[in-house]
Amino acid sequence: MFAQVEFPPIENIVEWPEIFFKDTAVAFNKIGLINLIAVLVPVVIFLVAAAKYKSRRVPKGIQTIAESAIGFIENGIIMQTIGPDGLRYLPLLISLFFFILVGNLFEVIPGFHMPANARMANPMILAVMVLVIFIAVGIKHNGPLRYFKSALFPPGVPTALYVLVTPIELLSTFIVRPFSLAVRLFANMLAGHILLVTFSVLCITTFTLSLLVVIFPFAFGMLTALTAFEIMVAFLQAYIFTILTAVYIGGALHPDH
Amino acid sequence: MSVLAQVANGLADVAQDVVELAQEATDATGLTADEAKANAAASGAGMAYGLAAIGPGIGIGYLVGQAVQAMARQPESAGQVQTTMFLGIAFTEALALIGFVVFILLKFV
Repeated sequence: MFAQVEFPPIENIVEWPEIFFKDTAVAFNKIGLINLIAVLVPVVIFLVAAAKYKSRRVPKGIQTIAESAIGFIENGIIMQTIGPDGLRYLPLLISLFFFILVGNLFEVIPGFHMPANARMANPMILAVMVLVIFIAVGIKHNGPLRYFKSALFPPGVPTALYVLVTPIELLSTFIVRPFSLAVRLFANMLAGHILLVTFSVLCITTFTLSLLVVIFPFAFGMLTALTAFEIMVAFLQAYIFTILTAVYIGGALHPDH
Repeated sequence: MSVLAQVANGLADVAQDVVELAQEATDATGLTADEAKANAAASGAGMAYGLAAIGPGIGIGYLVGQAVQAMARQPESAGQVQTTMFLGIAFTEALALIGFVVFILLKFV
């Protein structure tokens, strides 16, 4: 009468077999496909919007998405964290934002149901990229000596304390920053994915059984609510990744404050 | 046969008995060493995530509460406060997420 709720092994919900160009050097799986789409969607949106922009100044349709996204990144992220001279990093931040957002949104898109960023490779590469970029920005705008001096020897600290402060700064700036950036995105998306899988399994189990069907409406309600919640999380994580990138770039650009 | 050899023989017998008793105890619980390890890992995983969620939970609650208070007092600086609030949440949340990763590692890997 009561069948067990059987949670699938974790390999079944995060690992996908190679399905395209199988057994060749360019074989890729669902995650690769999602990444490809996540690259192409913003490119198409912005190309179409740019083509429309020449003839029509009042935004409509896709153009609205592109223009509000630029406005959001410009006023909501760059001006708040870097300042006016951060506007040259707008293309980088917009690409990051859209790549992560589209990759995350595939968590709730039927047929895929897998956030691309729930595999560690994705956030890890993005975080390493951010690390390289903010170090490069710091070196380019302040010179290597001044940048590393301000990063490792923060001013206003008594000289004796540098024994303690410098290792901590080294660890927190160049190791913990990219690590936490990657783990934050990865763990959020994986947690959301596992949550959705759990409630889907609960729904399936209760739907096919006789007595437990009374639980089904609650499980289904939870699943619906969590789907909406995960859409919000997808936006929030893309936003947080972008804003942290902006903060790190801002810190490397103006190391003295 | 010397006394020493007899004592050594007796000790060996006792050791044999202890090993057999331990074997019986293991059989009684019906668990192999791997299963016992998996059980410990599972309960440890639950503990790890539960404990890791306490601090960040309190922290984020306090943080957002203070941010709402700041926004209510000075609505004109709401944008700035909101940005800083999200940054603070991101940093605080990282601890809970590392707890979650530990949970995954203990439970599934």
